[in-house]
Amino acid sequence: MNETPRLQVESGNVVLSGQWTLAAMLPHLSQLREQLAEQCKDVERWDLSALNRLDSAAAVLLWRAWGNAWPVKLEISPLHRQVLARVAELPQEITAPPTQPFHPIEYIGNLLLKAWGNLRGIITLFGQLLLDIGFLCRHPGDIPWREFAANVYKSGAQALPVTALVGFLIGITISYLSALQLKNFGADLFIVNILGVSIVRELGPVLVAVLVAGRSGSAMTAQIGVMRVTEEIDALSTMGISRTIRVVLPKIIGLTVAMPLIVLWASGVALFGGMLAAMLQLDLSLSFFFESLPRALPVANLFIGLGKGVVFGFIISLVACYFGLHVKPNTESLSANTTSAVVTAITTVILVDAIFAVFTRHIGVPQL
Amino acid sequence: MNQPAIVELSGISTAFGRNFVHRDLNLRVEVGQIVGLLGGSGSGKTTLLREMLGLLRPTAGSVSLFGVDLNDPDALTQRQVRRRLGMLFQHGALFSALSVFDNIAFPLRELRCLDEDWIRRLVHLKLAMVEMDATHGKLMPAELSGGMVKRVALARALALEPELLLLDEPTSGLDPDRSQNFVELVGALQKALGLTVVMVTHDLNTLAGLASHVAVLADQHIIAFGPKDQVMTVDHPFVTGFFGADRRKLL
Repeated sequence: MNETPRLQVESGNVVLSGQWTLAAMLPHLSQLREQLAEQCKDVERWDLSALNRLDSAAAVLLWRAWGNAWPVKLEISPLHRQVLARVAELPQEITAPPTQPFHPIEYIGNLLLKAWGNLRGIITLFGQLLLDIGFLCRHPGDIPWREFAANVYKSGAQALPVTALVGFLIGITISYLSALQLKNFGADLFIVNILGVSIVRELGPVLVAVLVAGRSGSAMTAQIGVMRVTEEIDALSTMGISRTIRVVLPKIIGLTVAMPLIVLWASGVALFGGMLAAMLQLDLSLSFFFESLPRALPVANLFIGLGKGVVFGFIISLVACYFGLHVKPNTESLSANTTSAVVTAITTVILVDAIFAVFTRHIGVPQL
Repeated sequence: MNQPAIVELSGISTAFGRNFVHRDLNLRVEVGQIVGLLGGSGSGKTTLLREMLGLLRPTAGSVSLFGVDLNDPDALTQRQVRRRLGMLFQHGALFSALSVFDNIAFPLRELRCLDEDWIRRLVHLKLAMVEMDATHGKLMPAELSGGMVKRVALARALALEPELLLLDEPTSGLDPDRSQNFVELVGALQKALGLTVVMVTHDLNTLAGLASHVAVLADQHIIAFGPKDQVMTVDHPFVTGFFGADRRKLL
């Protein structure tokens, strides 16, 4: 059997033979196209009766070579004629889908509108949560305790190792770098103040927020998003189970409760790391550290840190759930929304942290 | 005369844990056959199909497509083999991030030697083949109805003009009219291109209209394989139960 597609000229006829299929043509494609273009100029009689196979890719190739018209004389088996006829029936000019030109102003406008839409959506979700909490207060039997506990475990307990590790290392780094500077001024003892205020009040909450946004926030968005893609959310609704009460609320309350605890844990470990470094670098004993810490660090700082933890946890989970609920049923949207959730959560957390710093500037600063 | 084998399964055993799905199973599909693979739910039909595609490796035994063993380590050979077959997944498996047009154009673009005009014409040809409007090309898979997903998936499976077409439940979710059209379409393609088709189906009408051969999978084996009319007379509880009273109608 003759496999390769071939084109010959025999006594004024163009004779095609072999297998004219995409797979068979691929190795000889450029050669075949040249030959076809050459023949089409002068020969108008085509003999395709010796063809073994003709698929639609080859039919399109021939049809284009013929200039979108039947040749004057064509010999072909009825089966192959059908294949060509299908190509002939297509509209001649198939226009490419129009591409949108890029307008910077339109682009920025769209971004702003989207941001505005997201803000409204998050406020709506917040309102829905308040309504749900009101509902649960009237019907305490419906409180999803198990989901709540599961979320505290997943986003809280399981985050302990990674936050401890990061906190410990940051504590060591800050303590070490500060000690180098303080030594020059002979102000070694102030290491306690620096570590205490910076870690408990600022670094602990923000560090944990960034970690948790990447860890639990993205997981929440992805989970709710996939539940939307696979219509599980709709299945819940049809069973008369509110998606916000059963899916969203436990996540948000869970993280809001777990977050200050993680902050406390991470701050403690970071302080410990700082103490170790100070002990090795400045020869400050641990007992001195423990004695002077309460003096250097008014307890208000601890409350500010924990308060930040509560607010950050709430923001991260609210943003994550909002973006999860707005995933469209395709993979692209899932990845885009997970990215947006993490980026938005971290940005908002740092923005809120700045606001915190402004409003609590008179509170908890140690007087010397 | 012995035609060359397109699909050859020899000594296939598949086990999930300790649970054997296939045990020493043999099947040989030749050029131009349209084989309907029958079997009860959970008898491992889809598993067998996935093994033919090389998506799943059998516990023992070998699978050859077009005479090439799927265990062949050469990546280029494997790609050549994959380009000669088209698969229609049960739920379509369309790329959800691409439009209908791009879904069908995707395998063509992957060849990297066709120009855009050629691809555009081919895509529209395939869309017309499965009776879809050119305007549907702009839609995203999420916006399609179940039947449309199936037809787009078929168009994508046909995009590379495969020699072997594997169909997993091709007509489930189509209305009877469309499924009849589908049967005619695949039948016509088979005649025009000499396609070989292996399909898993539960639909008797599809089987009656399309299949030339029937393979029955039961008790971890192919208990019967041969031309349709021969298989229907096999005396096995599954066969009699499956065809039941319809046996006469199908002949």
